[in-house]
Amino acid sequence: MALKLKDLTKNKEWLTGGHRMCAGCGAPTAVRQILLAAPQDTNLVVCNPTGCMEVSTTIYPYTSWRASYIHSAFENAAATISGVETAYNALKKRGKLEDDFHFVAFGGDGGTYDIGFQSLSGALERGHRMLYVCYNNEAYMNTGIQRSGATPYGAWSTTSPFGSESIGKVQNRKDLTAIVAAHNIPYAAQASIHNWRDVARKAQKSFAVNGPSFINIMAPCHRGWRYPMEKTIELAKLSFETCIWPLYEVEEGQWKLTAKPREKKPVEEFLKTQGRFRHLFTPENKGQIQIIQDFVDREWETLLKRCGEA
Amino acid sequence: MPRTVAAIGTDAVAEAMRQINPDVVPAYPITPQTAIVETFSQMVADGRVESLLINAESEHSAMSAAIGAAAAGTRVMTATSSQGLALMWEMLYIASGLRLPIILANVNRSLSAPINIHCDHSDSMGARDSGWIQLFSENGQEAYDNTLQAVRIAEHPDVKLPVMVLLDGFIISHSIDRVDFLEDDKVQKFVGSYTPEYPLLDAKNPVTWGAFDGLYGHYFEFKRAQQQGMLNAPAVIKKVGEEYGQMSGRPYGFFEEYHMEDAEFAVVALGSATGTIREAVDIARCADMKVGMIKLRMFRPFPAEELVKALSGVKAVGIFDRSDTFSGTLGGPVFVETRSAFYESPVKPLMSSYIYGLGGRDLSFDLIEKAFAELEETARTGKVKERINYLGLREGEVE
Repeated sequence: MALKLKDLTKNKEWLTGGHRMCAGCGAPTAVRQILLAAPQDTNLVVCNPTGCMEVSTTIYPYTSWRASYIHSAFENAAATISGVETAYNALKKRGKLEDDFHFVAFGGDGGTYDIGFQSLSGALERGHRMLYVCYNNEAYMNTGIQRSGATPYGAWSTTSPFGSESIGKVQNRKDLTAIVAAHNIPYAAQASIHNWRDVARKAQKSFAVNGPSFINIMAPCHRGWRYPMEKTIELAKLSFETCIWPLYEVEEGQWKLTAKPREKKPVEEFLKTQGRFRHLFTPENKGQIQIIQDFVDREWETLLKRCGEA
Repeated sequence: MPRTVAAIGTDAVAEAMRQINPDVVPAYPITPQTAIVETFSQMVADGRVESLLINAESEHSAMSAAIGAAAAGTRVMTATSSQGLALMWEMLYIASGLRLPIILANVNRSLSAPINIHCDHSDSMGARDSGWIQLFSENGQEAYDNTLQAVRIAEHPDVKLPVMVLLDGFIISHSIDRVDFLEDDKVQKFVGSYTPEYPLLDAKNPVTWGAFDGLYGHYFEFKRAQQQGMLNAPAVIKKVGEEYGQMSGRPYGFFEEYHMEDAEFAVVALGSATGTIREAVDIARCADMKVGMIKLRMFRPFPAEELVKALSGVKAVGIFDRSDTFSGTLGGPVFVETRSAFYESPVKPLMSSYIYGLGGRDLSFDLIEKAFAELEETARTGKVKERINYLGLREGEVE
């Protein structure tokens, strides 16, 4: 199907302007790109766990959502939206509801990789018809940049600071998209806000699925990563070009790269743009960047094999 | 025709759930609640209800899904026990804070550690300030009756609060008892249909639930409004209890008074123990002991004024608590609250706390008789020997 930005912009904006997310934040861009690709003949219920998106879009007595919206707590967005979806099915079963709805949860990496992981896994296993989106900025940004399971090796955060005895976060991030795909749900994908067309396609596929779908979308945070706010899209693109954040999908068990960098750039190109990695460029941390490069190379090779490209 | 059956407590609750036919039941099994979920699952599998089950992966997710389903505009019920209720703790406050009329049957069981699967009230007492209405049951019949009434109470526009129906683990949940079940159509007429306020699934009126009160500060007002629901609840509970009585022949109030009219001392208790205590009162009355009992049904909201009135005529009161507050010297939770209720009262009976039955320890006649003897002495001498007493404790094992 042909996807034109001009057409997408005519679609309903479910998240209005005037919300309080930071200027230059990647997350609302991710939300808009995904929801612009929602079917036009449906209604939405959106769910957030506690996090940036929730506190910045629902400041009582205001709301930025044109969709119905629910937030209940931090670790349970998937469970909460699964209750909404089941309520929908229950009312449909009894002939008490005419309108059609789709169900979308947007969680940060804290609410998804870490504290909300069990809830997500349970909801995926139960097979609810819902799209779960992780807007991934690689740390707990809402509470002031603490490390998460998505924070990469070597990154500074307020709970993984660097010092004489530490290089920053000493563990690597977990591969959540692959873990989600291992639930054998109909559709799982990794996306990035620099490639709106790829995001929209993945969102369209997700909305069309009769079951759970999942998109892990790279949404840089300039406050946490320490870079000038106008560089957000550029950094998302660099994460792709360095193969730190490859774009792929797993559709009915079939792994496929949806975009491939023309030239795989060294990770250094990405790392040097951000204050959170600055300490890795000092003489005493020589060698750390190679560790990160080795990790990225290994994951990339694994992915290529899964996608039948190696 | 109403049916009189021999049923275990969990079946009585499951039967009430079948007759209510709620839209959504998210649940997670835990001993001794398990049979409620199992029996109800079979009812779903057999098409005896239209309800949809959510087999959540934890109690936290079960209550989270219950909140989502209730906010979506459906009638929601669930059940749990013990650690399960403890795991729900965070979400209990959110259910009541969002004013969602969720019904939860809690089969009372002790809290770890040490792990113990038997009855006490530690679990629901831990949730006593979570903003849920709490109704205790003496037996399977009351668990059934309370479950039906809970729907009307929770959904009442003056209340709009979740309701916890409490039944003692094993003693009620696993014991066969005589239970009268009402006709399905009578139950359906009694509970009525549910008209939710501001449901998520209203396409024409999208709403935001669980908004952030970060900058403008309405939290205090919301919490006071929530308290208003609790303040309005007694009138609704009373009215629903009376109406239920007219329909079933079993009226319900805040508490039941037994031989209180001429009692010189009395016992206050919750749950299944009141059956044993009633029997002990009968026996003591044969020996000319002027003892009475108050069986507290409504613990949240706490019927302070009514309880003071009911106990004002006695000289000594023993408050039986199946849990402890770990407050040091304050005694069990019902004791603390009853004593506090008497603060402004010009007439104050002497009071002692009897903590019993933790982890399922039996409350036998001789223990109740021991308490009666002590209370009678207190009434006679005007002196409390021990304010806090542990009934049935093996003192020698406590270090």
